[in-house]
Amino acid sequence: MANYLIIDSRDPFGAADTLFNRQLAADLAAAGHGVALFLVQNGVLAARPCAVSQSLSDLAGQGVEILADEFSLRQRGIPDDGLIDGVKAAPLDVVIDRMCDGHKTIWQ
Amino acid sequence: MADKTLTFVLMDPPYESDRTTTAMRLMHIAASRGYNINVFAYEGAVYLATKGQQPHANAVHGRDVDQENHPVMKDWVVSLIQTAEQNGGRVDWVNCGLCVDERGAQDFVPSTRRGSPADLVTFAENSVNTLVIPVK
Amino acid sequence: MAKKILQIIETAYRATVEEQDDTAVWLTHAMVGAGAQAAVLLRGNAVNYLVPGQESPPVVIGAWRQTHPPALLEDIVKLSEKGVPLFYVSEDLEDRGLDGQQMAASATPVRRNELAAFLSDYDHVWHW
Repeated sequence: MANYLIIDSRDPFGAADTLFNRQLAADLAAAGHGVALFLVQNGVLAARPCAVSQSLSDLAGQGVEILADEFSLRQRGIPDDGLIDGVKAAPLDVVIDRMCDGHKTIWQ
Repeated sequence: MADKTLTFVLMDPPYESDRTTTAMRLMHIAASRGYNINVFAYEGAVYLATKGQQPHANAVHGRDVDQENHPVMKDWVVSLIQTAEQNGGRVDWVNCGLCVDERGAQDFVPSTRRGSPADLVTFAENSVNTLVIPVK
Repeated sequence: MAKKILQIIETAYRATVEEQDDTAVWLTHAMVGAGAQAAVLLRGNAVNYLVPGQESPPVVIGAWRQTHPPALLEDIVKLSEKGVPLFYVSEDLEDRGLDGQQMAASATPVRRNELAAFLSDYDHVWHW
């Protein structure tokens, strides 16, 4: 089994395609792969309780690790304790760490 | 320290998208760790390293050139390269030649070089990992 | 053995007139020419590259007339002729009112729920 890191820089408000990313992440996890979704830039907007955060909550419940770039969160005034369950703030270093560990890294 | 090599493929020109900032942040992390970094600057990204970029003042905020200290992307590129070297790593920054030609972006900083897709293939084969950052 | 690269091409008709190519398709041609082992998965709007009847109307701007407008379907077909495996996401085609039986290039459909297994075959997954 492989490990995947999916980087999502877009939000569901502006890009309907983020739902594809969510589904792919869920399918990979269901297939037994290690999967992390790393939200960055406007992608973090879905991580505060809002009209489009349910798909993220569902994803976390399906075994996908969901991380949100600390810098992007701070830029958008989203505190760590203002994130939906299942999403954790993380430094961008995680992306470099996982690339170095050979995770298939896909910027969606 | 340079026991790891990562490759990044960039497409965005500067000052148009947050993707550029995120890409530079990622490469800064790698450079600070002394990794080797390959960059394939494709399409608009060939403008990242062009010499003619100038900082400017900001009259809206009442700041002169020095006070504004506006980011100049080529300086970020040079500084990134220096940071990697200071930490034992190396940056091989390739500007895709045809993209350079069609954009008139031939005057890029000398610490970067002209190249081709063959460089990307070599980079990908010889890196621990490659991240393509598309224009989306 | 060369690493296997999956080119997922999603963005479509982006600056294709100015570039006279889809630059992700073009890059794939160039990479294969340089020895890369690549396959292409068309998804999103890029599934439209398989549609027959796409024209290449030349653009006229002032006195300038385009002599080599992009031939996107041809370029996709040529990838296939070079031995590059070509795939598309079935539902993306269907969502866009297209029929896989009537596409002009020989490409293999992959359903969305098959993608997880599909990606496992590749060392690199690059998304354009």
